[in-house]
Amino acid sequence: MSDLLYSEEEEALRAAVRDLLTDHCDAPGVIARTESGTPHHLALWKALTDGMGLAGLLVPEELDGQGATHREAAVVLEELGRAVAPVPYLTSAVVATEALLACGTDDLLRDLATGTTIGALAVALNVAPGAAYRVVRHEDGLLHGELTGIADAAVADVLLVPADDGGLYAVDATTATVTPQTSLDLTRPLATVTLDGVRGRLLGDAEPAVRRALRAGAGLLASEQFGLAEWTLTETVRYLKERKQFNRPVGGFQAIKHRLAQLWLEVVNTRAAARNAADALANGHDVDMAVTVSQAYAAPVAVHAAEEALQLHGGIGMTWEHPVHLYLKRAKADSIAYGTPGAHREALTALADLQAP
Amino acid sequence: MTGSEELRSRTRELLAAHPPASTDRLDFLRARFDAGLAWVHYPEGLGGLGAPRSLQAVVDAELEAAGAPDNDPRRIGIGLGMAAPTILQFGTEEQKRRFLRPLWTGEEVWCQLFSEPGAGSDLAALGTRAVREGEDWVVNGQKVWTSSAHVARWAILIARTDPDVPKHRGITYFVCDMTDPGVEVRPLRQVTGEAEFNEVFLTGVRIPDTRRLGEIGDGWKVAQTTLNNERVAIGGMRLPREGGMIGPISKTWRERPELRTHDLHQRLLKLWVESEVSRLTAERLRQQLVAGQPGPEGAGMKLAFARLNQEISGLEVELLGEEGLLYDDWTMRRPELVDFTGREAGYRYLRSKGNSIEGGTSEVLLNIVAERVLGLPPEPRTDKDVAWKDLAR
Repeated sequence: MSDLLYSEEEEALRAAVRDLLTDHCDAPGVIARTESGTPHHLALWKALTDGMGLAGLLVPEELDGQGATHREAAVVLEELGRAVAPVPYLTSAVVATEALLACGTDDLLRDLATGTTIGALAVALNVAPGAAYRVVRHEDGLLHGELTGIADAAVADVLLVPADDGGLYAVDATTATVTPQTSLDLTRPLATVTLDGVRGRLLGDAEPAVRRALRAGAGLLASEQFGLAEWTLTETVRYLKERKQFNRPVGGFQAIKHRLAQLWLEVVNTRAAARNAADALANGHDVDMAVTVSQAYAAPVAVHAAEEALQLHGGIGMTWEHPVHLYLKRAKADSIAYGTPGAHREALTALADLQAP
Repeated sequence: MTGSEELRSRTRELLAAHPPASTDRLDFLRARFDAGLAWVHYPEGLGGLGAPRSLQAVVDAELEAAGAPDNDPRRIGIGLGMAAPTILQFGTEEQKRRFLRPLWTGEEVWCQLFSEPGAGSDLAALGTRAVREGEDWVVNGQKVWTSSAHVARWAILIARTDPDVPKHRGITYFVCDMTDPGVEVRPLRQVTGEAEFNEVFLTGVRIPDTRRLGEIGDGWKVAQTTLNNERVAIGGMRLPREGGMIGPISKTWRERPELRTHDLHQRLLKLWVESEVSRLTAERLRQQLVAGQPGPEGAGMKLAFARLNQEISGLEVELLGEEGLLYDDWTMRRPELVDFTGREAGYRYLRSKGNSIEGGTSEVLLNIVAERVLGLPPEPRTDKDVAWKDLAR
């Protein structure tokens, strides 16, 4: 059975990340950044990576990584989810890193582990582990084509691009045309990647690398969703203890108490599902099942939590100024990222032996 | 402090002195109690060794491996989960010595006389009266939803000893002898057709003051111990995957492809995921208890399982189509145990309706989560400073 608790070291890591985010990633700053041309918070990324070495958690120590596991990366993602932090942690330090680990590409892994290089797997964010993805054309040693929906590509230094010959290629982002797409999630924006006869370096077979990367992404996304849901619940409870209408705190009305208690149950369940997925990824035991269950469960909870937060904040929750919209947009986009809950439930048809009619 | 090595060696000594294969079941259980291996976290002389509760697993594993008999905990759940911790905390030395050993071995079954027709969610409003007469208390009233009353030797009972003070303050906690004159147990037939519970009528029942638990008027506080321990007991279980209500429907789904539809498939997958996640939450709670860091999650487990049991069994009846129109047996029986899997889907559907009522309604539990876990304001109270006798009823 998985270890579903947090170790003391994991709690210490959480405290350090939370302190950093409290100091450097407040909501007004995140909102202001989304209104600029550069929504990503690269100074924060530098602090997380250069300062704390967190981009290298999944990378072995001999490759300049931390030699930690998905359990620690999950704790980082819980905190990043709580802050809707606009940094490419999931995309670079988890998904792109896993793809490189699958290919055994030492030099690029070193660069990603230190955080000086940001990587992005050029597969659309909505693709579920094991599902089909678009590829570019490989012709006369050059790559041609357009890929859409690539999360955090705008800040990537290297793109990991699957091609029609079955290979996964490393492409220098400066040789590609990366065009931001107007994205629902303001804090994890998408971009179009256009390759117009650019050179790529063959890393290995795309299919196993993409599958492994997306599986880790889906499993650890559950921790981000947990962090996001927990923040929205905590903040909503805090607000409703203060907010008074009809000469009473709004949080004292039973109709609202019951909704919040129900949400708390869902958040508590999400933590167990997310810890189970992180532990399974770390230990390689029952991974497909753990990841699938975690995404099928966590994605709708994060959306529900953010939707409840907006409704229960009343008018202020509908404003651009209040950060709840950042969480709603992230939660909704997350529910599509790495496969919808429906796609993950569909995968259970085989995993749990519950065949369709 | 007794460590796991010492417990292991004491367990082996017990097994050597009383080989399970050649020892009478009850003799073995008594010997186990006397060796302090019944519940290791209890004090010495009362079936325990004052060891950490988490080390019970060490003893249980040794005993299970040796094929030793257990005390059939499901049959005596109220005694083990509710009466025993209350007696331990509030009983006199004499009460502890008299009651705990036969309670643990199962020689004496216990039941709980708490709920009344007029006091369900608002248990503290109970009206069963206990009036002092010399060294005895004379009890009159009616209790309801009492499982095991027809097989129980003893009951934990709360009754009103002072109607002139606010309701929480005028209650006293007793141990009632179920064989005494004036105790009448009648089966209470429920929607499933069977009578798993009873009504208990108390008419002029005399309880000696020596069987009072805790101080006069402190019964509500004592009852909190009982109810909190009930929740710990519920939170401590460990389930395998598909170990709950999702098991039978998944089995039917696999064995009966002709029943499958796309709509049922989608709903089944969703409930399967929720069951698996609830199982993980229960497991996480168990790990927290073992690590000595109990979390508030236990408060939610009952809520989650009540809803899941109801939704899954409802889906199961629907899945069965024409068979779902039938019912296995409406005969009135008086089972000693609730057995969800021993009967068919229709029974599960009807019985699980009680899951959101028994042991605290889901509505009350949501209030408890909101107030005690989330810290939201309590419900407005109009009964706090009113004498019990002046309450609306």
